[in-house]
Amino acid sequence: MMPSENGKPVMENVSAAAAPQVAAAVDAAIKAVGADRTRLMDIVQAVQQRLGYLPDEAIHTIATALGIHAVEVEDMVSFYAFPNREPKGRFHIRLSNTPVSLMKGAGDVAEAFARAVGVSIGGTSADGEFTVEWTSDIGMADQEPSALINGMVLTGLTPADPPDIIAKLRRGRTISTLPLFPGLDSQEGVVFPQARVASSLLQAGPIIFRQAGRGDGVRKALTLSPEGVIQEITKAKLRGRGGAGFPTGLKWKLCRQSPGDAHHVICNADEGEPGTFKDRVLLTEIPDVVFDGMTIAGYALGARHGYVYLRGEYAYLWNSLQAVLQNRRRLGLLGPNICGREGFDFDIRIQLGAGAYVCGEESALIESLEGKRGSPRDRPPFPTDRGYLQQPTAVNNVETLTCVARIMEKGNEWFTGYGTAESTGTKLMSVSGDCPHPGVYEVPFGITVNEFLDLIGALDAAFVQISGPSGQCVAPKDFGRRIAFEDISTGGSFMVFGADRDVLDVAHQFAEFFVAESCGWCTPCRVGTTLLQKNLEKIIDGRGTLADIAALEGLANTVTRMSRCGLGQTAPNPILTSMRNFPQAYEVKLQPEAFLPRVTLREALAEAIEVQGREPVAEEEEA
Amino acid sequence: MAKPKLATCSLAGCFGCHMSLLDIDERLVELIDLVDLDKSPLDDKKKFDCVVDIGLVEGGCANEHNVRVLQDFRKNCRVLVSVGACAINGGIPAMRNLVGLRECLEEAYLNGPTIEDGGMIPNDEDLPLLLDRVYPSHEIVKIDYFLPGCPPSADTIWAALKALLTGKEPELPYQLFKYE
Amino acid sequence: MSEDKFTFTVDGIEIEAEAGQSIIQACDAAGVYIPRLCYHPDLEPAGHCRVCTCKIDGRRSSACTMPAAHGMVVESDTAELNGDRRILIEMLFAEGNHFCPSCEKSGDCELQALGYRLGMVAVTLPYLWPERELDATHPDIFIDRNRCILCSRCIRASRTEDGKTVFGFEGRGIHLRLNIDAKHLDETTLAAADKGVHVCPVGCIVIKRTGYRTPYGNRQFDQAPIGSEIEARRARPKRGVESK
Ligand SMILES: Cc1cc2nc3c(=O)[nH]c(=O)nc-3n(C[C@H](O)[C@H](O)[C@H](O)COP(=O)(O)O)c2cc1C
Ligand code: SF4
Ligand code: SF4
Ligand code: SF4
Ligand code: SF4
Ligand code: FES
Repeated sequence: MMPSENGKPVMENVSAAAAPQVAAAVDAAIKAVGADRTRLMDIVQAVQQRLGYLPDEAIHTIATALGIHAVEVEDMVSFYAFPNREPKGRFHIRLSNTPVSLMKGAGDVAEAFARAVGVSIGGTSADGEFTVEWTSDIGMADQEPSALINGMVLTGLTPADPPDIIAKLRRGRTISTLPLFPGLDSQEGVVFPQARVASSLLQAGPIIFRQAGRGDGVRKALTLSPEGVIQEITKAKLRGRGGAGFPTGLKWKLCRQSPGDAHHVICNADEGEPGTFKDRVLLTEIPDVVFDGMTIAGYALGARHGYVYLRGEYAYLWNSLQAVLQNRRRLGLLGPNICGREGFDFDIRIQLGAGAYVCGEESALIESLEGKRGSPRDRPPFPTDRGYLQQPTAVNNVETLTCVARIMEKGNEWFTGYGTAESTGTKLMSVSGDCPHPGVYEVPFGITVNEFLDLIGALDAAFVQISGPSGQCVAPKDFGRRIAFEDISTGGSFMVFGADRDVLDVAHQFAEFFVAESCGWCTPCRVGTTLLQKNLEKIIDGRGTLADIAALEGLANTVTRMSRCGLGQTAPNPILTSMRNFPQAYEVKLQPEAFLPRVTLREALAEAIEVQGREPVAEEEEA
Repeated sequence: MAKPKLATCSLAGCFGCHMSLLDIDERLVELIDLVDLDKSPLDDKKKFDCVVDIGLVEGGCANEHNVRVLQDFRKNCRVLVSVGACAINGGIPAMRNLVGLRECLEEAYLNGPTIEDGGMIPNDEDLPLLLDRVYPSHEIVKIDYFLPGCPPSADTIWAALKALLTGKEPELPYQLFKYE
Repeated sequence: MSEDKFTFTVDGIEIEAEAGQSIIQACDAAGVYIPRLCYHPDLEPAGHCRVCTCKIDGRRSSACTMPAAHGMVVESDTAELNGDRRILIEMLFAEGNHFCPSCEKSGDCELQALGYRLGMVAVTLPYLWPERELDATHPDIFIDRNRCILCSRCIRASRTEDGKTVFGFEGRGIHLRLNIDAKHLDETTLAAADKGVHVCPVGCIVIKRTGYRTPYGNRQFDQAPIGSEIEARRARPKRGVESK
């Protein structure tokens, strides 16, 4: 062992980066984006890609180059899951531990990876080549078990696959699908048959997946005034598809009215909600339509800059998206004077995230886009008034922007012809779990859960989790309810659970998800998510009493009421909705005693028994 | 009618809370008029003969013996009061919770700066085994009332006792409300 | 709104405010105390602790970050809000390692004082007993992270008031920690006179050799609850009627 900079030992075989290497890596990263503090994310990612991790020296060099303090760089770096402050394996293998991936066998696959490289999960192999870790979700719920290896996604894995994959990685040394960070060249390497993300578009509907020419929506928009475009979107009654359902027309109107030096358009492609993958499908199948939507937004808002905030897990899409953008520039659909319209200049940059679910929350996304930790902001001010770089900003979901393009293409009346009064158009549903055909389905709003279950062939669902962990756990008695903003509002995650699945296990996995993803800014969520998990564990462990149930519910309600952003406000939902809809799942775990401690006396004594090598002193009573 | 019965115990505490109880000075006479003292270090009574009305617990649970005494108190006291910082959150003894039990024992008996010639971890078979950490009393049994302070002042204890004996909810005036 | 001054109500009490004031600023000036922990009058608000959460026109929001507006109806001193606030205080105690009997901040600590004011007799949430680091390398200042409540006052003050940026956060979620701009505190530019040192509401950042100077009984919160100094600004009775 040798001591690292910060005094912690590092493995000898992991090559600690030498000073000139660090300087060169930072230099190259800064050259690529300029000494721009708001581009810290790109700089950090590029340096890590070269060095494998971010040694103290890199942190200091970056800070100096940007004219900020090292503590500020650390503040940002330490927030995200992907940057490593310690040397990790050159190949970083991550599997998601969502209920869906686990039911599909991710546990065995992860074990197989760990065995193949000779570590336990969470560890790094002695030769410094491989790290195997759990992560929250990688957006592949339709083809789990999947693994993320550096930027590459391997899908549909079985426990038989890892030995071969590891052998190939050892031989090939590089993989071919690393994203191209600014300033880095493409790398050639091994090709894997499993490195194939199926599109999984199983039902293309009449709106989102209709056929149209590239740029049709933009050209149509240019026949209207910017206000006219906003009016058209307003008349279409389009509501945000990212989950909150805010009327897009109103958001744009507020943003446009807001005075500022420069307006910004952001496409939210963070898609971090476990079980959601429809934005991935959109960016794979019809990225041009998404960019059409962004360009239309740029026109309507008078913005010159658009950003796609792409979750780090989707880095494998980077190259193809860049190619699409490049092509659009060539075709005059991006850049100066779009479609020949004098003065309509608009371009799009892709910002890659680095592993943080909360960055899907729009104000956290903006903070992240500014090169900071992704903690949400207090509102007001709202992003439409003071968003990215304190300028008026409209953040919209990928699917919302797709709808924008379609509304421009065919008009608001056509769009409102689908769906319900409050929820116009269609919705993409990401289906996963216990059903024969997981994938994306485009359905009109207003469809009942039952109708939808029939459509996807999930005929014996015991419960469905709609909208991911932050959503609700819906029991069969409520399968007659509708998927629409006026009833069950959803961003589109639809996880099906069969009769042999345990509601409490699922609730517990979601509780863990929130512990891992709380940003920590505010007390109720930072501390509350951990306490909720502990209190739920007490019940699952068969040590819960009626008083514990009441305490759990009380705590859950406090976290909901007091948390600062949507993450904390919805973190108790898996517990609250399962309590409401499956009280019997809790009842069977309940103990009749008025009070039970969290641990048994035996458990509390285990360490002493080991240290002292003897049994407890026998006294009359056992706990 | 018989007088209500009072029991007290000191677990992982320093007896300071008991001292504070004795600090009620001349009111001790009044107290003796109000209650009969049952199991308590004050009268050295070792066992409960019957269920008593009020139990005062000083100190948290640091070892198996503490747990058993506390459970015995819970079983034999109608109202159980957690008295003082140690009982309420482990107090000063709980500072060992910041390091593991093994590390704590090794530092104290093997590696500490005052240890000469190796030292050894005491391991007499009559010594109760230590818990993995010091637990507040309410994490081991149900507690009905809490009297914070280190120790709670004589006035605090007196006011609370009187309230409980007269069937009222104990209330702490602001100046007596202390965690220290 | 064209007028510079306007009014809104808190628990039925009419408060005068001017444009640009947050609810908490306007209330402080008017002598109505809203419990708070991370807010400091000299610093930009940051909305960490949520203790100041009020119902504003029916929706909960933090009074330290919410701009006051004409006609707002604010509820603050209600049983439900105070109950939730008490749980937040409990959370902060459970999250750190607080041993008030041996802490030099006792009696002057805002966390402790809020525990008293909100009637927290014991922390009944499970204690987490985290591992937290101490730093006593600085000749005049020490940091005991066991007592840090992650309110960011020191971070904000060091950045905006001292122009030093000695402090920052590290990590996220329950692993969030206070970080410093060097490996050890004595390698930073921090000085005992810095604002960043004096704004800590708890006993995490402490100036050496100053503890236990004030006798028991005379410390900041020994005689009257936290907030009394603000409430003293108001001539009328302390607590207003609950609105609605
Ligand atoms: C914790 C959290 C995570 C979120 N994640 C996403 C996300 O991944 N994608 C998204 O579009 N919206 C997400 N949102 C919602 C956004 O804050 C925002 O409402 C949305 O991007 C607005 O776009 P829309 O109106 O087009 O839906 C999230 C919200 C919260 C509170
Ligand atoms: S609710 Fe959770 S995610 Fe949101 S600001 Fe608070 S700690 Fe961060
Ligand atoms: S609370 Fe204080 S006085 Fe009471 S036993 Fe503990 S250390 Fe002693
Ligand atoms: S910081 Fe405050 S609450 Fe924490 S131990 Fe010190 S006095 Fe008690
Ligand atoms: S050290 Fe003090 S001021 Fe700084 S974050 Fe912690 S509690 Fe707040
Ligand atoms: S004082 Fe307002 S959130 Fe802390």
